[in-house]
Amino acid sequence: MDNEDADLILLDRVEKVFEVRRRTGFLRAERRQVRAVDSLSFSVRRGEMVGYIGPNGAGKSTTVKMLTGILTPSGGRLRVAGIDPSRERTRLARRIGVVFGQRTTLWWDLPLIDSYRLMHRMYRIPDGRYRENLDRCVELLDLGDLLDVPVRQLSLGQRMRGDIAAALLHDPEVLYLDEPTIGLDVISKARVREFLRDLNAERGTTVLLTTHDLTDIEQLCRRVMVIDHGRLVYDGSPAGLHEVGESERTLVVDLERELPPIEAEPARVVKVEGPRQWLAFPASESAAPLVARIAARYPLVDLSVREPDIEAVISRMYAGRAVS
Amino acid sequence: MGTGRLYAAVAVGGFRRYATYRIATAAGVFTNTVFGLILAYIFIALWDDRPHLGGYDQAQALSYVWLGQALLMVVAVMGGGFEDELIERIRTGDIAIDLYRPADLQLWWLAQDAGRALFHLLGRGVVPLAFGALFFDLALPVDPLAWIAFLVAVALGVVVSFALRFLVALCAFWLLDGAGVAQLAWIAGIFCSGMLLPLNVFPGVLGEVVRALPWSSLIQAPVDVLLGTADLPRTYLFQAAWAAALLAAGRLVQSAATRRVVVQGG
Repeated sequence: MDNEDADLILLDRVEKVFEVRRRTGFLRAERRQVRAVDSLSFSVRRGEMVGYIGPNGAGKSTTVKMLTGILTPSGGRLRVAGIDPSRERTRLARRIGVVFGQRTTLWWDLPLIDSYRLMHRMYRIPDGRYRENLDRCVELLDLGDLLDVPVRQLSLGQRMRGDIAAALLHDPEVLYLDEPTIGLDVISKARVREFLRDLNAERGTTVLLTTHDLTDIEQLCRRVMVIDHGRLVYDGSPAGLHEVGESERTLVVDLERELPPIEAEPARVVKVEGPRQWLAFPASESAAPLVARIAARYPLVDLSVREPDIEAVISRMYAGRAVS
Repeated sequence: MGTGRLYAAVAVGGFRRYATYRIATAAGVFTNTVFGLILAYIFIALWDDRPHLGGYDQAQALSYVWLGQALLMVVAVMGGGFEDELIERIRTGDIAIDLYRPADLQLWWLAQDAGRALFHLLGRGVVPLAFGALFFDLALPVDPLAWIAFLVAVALGVVVSFALRFLVALCAFWLLDGAGVAQLAWIAGIFCSGMLLPLNVFPGVLGEVVRALPWSSLIQAPVDVLLGTADLPRTYLFQAAWAAALLAAGRLVQSAATRRVVVQGG
């Protein structure tokens, strides 16, 4: 028996193996197996908002595709709301919403509202509920002036908001978001995040969010799962991620002239290019005293601090795991 | 009922998408008219020299020209309908979105193409035909029943055309780039639909073959129905049989393609 109320999404040793054929000569091909997802197990409770991150090619999209039923797992057991996605894709589709940040479900040449009318019919949403949900999305995502604008004329941020609304008109229990803030400006990002936070808090919609933007995770999710090489390598709070990953920030300094690598503990120079040097230091350290020390001893012209990106955190984490 | 309303909405969308491009429509009408004029004068010269070529008199031959121009876009002889978009969606992987929707892929695109065809019938068909009727001596019937019979044949032609282009588009699942196949289909469409020259005029075995191919459902069949030169039940049966066979083939290929995507990934 699936305990549907506790675990809305359940993966038990799920695997996905692709067979890749590579040409090695005329009419000769070599078959190779690629394990995109390797014995992956996790569960997500109803009402949770979980970040799902990992470097490119880690298996994130493959997982999301299996959760929507577009891909069939090669092994293991997978349930969403008690449904086996690949067996009952259409039945599941009525209960989930999906937003692929880099693709659109909207009708390119037509006004936004036409796509929504189509959703109304496709998901057989009762008229009253459709109207209610549409009004709500229009208000919260600020779509009022955009409904009659053809989708091709929308900006990326507007289109993304339009896509999120389209995924929610049928009251899905689960929302999968694949890179929902990719390419958006700061204001659009903030607006999308605020909407998602409210959606999760007020409606209790379960959200699974894949992203490359660590800020998305830190602002939205209390739980984050990291996948690499098809395996779950971390499952816990976003704060813990930095500790486990021993993440580093980067200080980029521009000096007056070319100099040998700067000495400034605890930072270490990782790259020199003419008068510009890159220094890595632990994310837990404050940048201010470090900058002060460098400014006192070197002819500093300009500087900037870069936050650790998720790829770096994860790759360090993975490397660390392999050593220990 | 709910399903019917979905595909009706899709068809309305298909109609409206094309209706938004008014300047393109006007330019297209102009092109069809000019093309019709060129063909009309070629046909006049041809039928002056060889009266009753292919069993048509000159007025019928000229009707053929202008009806052909009116139907050209409706039955998408030269492609350019939904299939370019479908090929693109397969190539970019956007097809994944279509697959998780609670809707059938083939019916979805058929509904959209039907909406497009209706728009092209009104937007691209009426004006060239009216122009031809105004400036040339055509053999168009006045009996409304003949026109209704014609519209039925056009509708069947649209379905055959859709089913062909759906198959062409699905090739992209295996070829990754559907441009080559689309080009082949384009040539076949121009040659075998009777768009340039009535299929009745094609000699011997070649004529037999092109008249038996599905493309003859697109222009030759509806025009013959309107001109009263067709055996009505036989023509409908011919068109319906091709439509059914090609749609069924499309469905088979679709499920093979879906399985491929589902198992192999995009």
